[in-house]
Amino acid sequence: MDMRARNILDQPLTVALDPLDQQLIAAIQRGLPLVARPYAEVGAPLGLAEEEVVRRIEKMQRAGIIKRMGVVVRHRELGYRANAMVVWDVPDEEVAELGRCLSGFDFVTLCYRRPRHLPRWPYNLFCMIHGHDREEVLEKYRMLIARCGLEEIPRAVLFSRRRFKQRGAIYRPQSDRPKEA
Amino acid sequence: MRQPIESTTLTPLQRSLLNDYQQGLPLSATPFADMAEQLGVSEQQVCDTLAQLQQQGAISRVGPVFRTHSIGASTLAAMAVEPAQLEAVAAIVSGFDEVNHNYEREHALNLWFVATAPDAQHLARTLRQIEQRSGHEVIALPMLEDYHIDLGFELQWT
Repeated sequence: MDMRARNILDQPLTVALDPLDQQLIAAIQRGLPLVARPYAEVGAPLGLAEEEVVRRIEKMQRAGIIKRMGVVVRHRELGYRANAMVVWDVPDEEVAELGRCLSGFDFVTLCYRRPRHLPRWPYNLFCMIHGHDREEVLEKYRMLIARCGLEEIPRAVLFSRRRFKQRGAIYRPQSDRPKEA
Repeated sequence: MRQPIESTTLTPLQRSLLNDYQQGLPLSATPFADMAEQLGVSEQQVCDTLAQLQQQGAISRVGPVFRTHSIGASTLAAMAVEPAQLEAVAAIVSGFDEVNHNYEREHALNLWFVATAPDAQHLARTLRQIEQRSGHEVIALPMLEDYHIDLGFELQWT
């Protein structure tokens, strides 16, 4: 069990974003420039000093708007060829507890409660498992069932087949950058 | 799609940059110089190696990961598409700038994508347009609660 499971996500967002924050988000959402003074370079066109850029990023990190700053890897290119979205139909009153159990494993990269869409979609708890191959993902899946006591819970494993598109989300349109394919 | 990178061909510097800097990018004036000092290499080597990994597709960016729903609006969505039409429908979906992930998965609901927009109204409009242009129903499954603390992903080299 990994100590990442401690839940700080219940904290409400208490910070207000001003227009300059919004512009800063637009400027960094696709990544920082890989230069000696990236925060200065990002701030220049916005009229923001380097320290001001850093201060605003720190503020968004503290507020939980930015979950992390760092290298964002692409799993498939690094040999993690298999990924499965594993979905569970959990009684509503047990979702939070089971969600925290699943997200305590470091190979679980996402864990969300989502609405059911009956009758076609009965599942309300989603997690993502990455592995080098299908068998490794299934092994981890079986470990989750055993360790979180999910033997009786209806579930489905949706392995990915083709990836048609993957890139970072664009939260704020930025007209002066070329659009990605 | 790019060729997967064989982990055996990665240098110790590449491995370290990929695994040890998924969070906690220094918020100093010179983050890459700080990393270089920790790694015992030059700032130029850090920047060049990151740029190269980005070009190879091993990393999508060096920068922020935003918490879902903290800015803008987004949702996971699913469609059931006949196999013969899947590629064409997927291309329509991917063609939307608002769509950032789009995968085929093994289920009757076989096309899964994530759409992100500046606000809920824009997002709803995008989903409606996808339905209209593709001729297929879109089932929206927005996140209600996030149980995962994103500290990056521990890479296991094989």
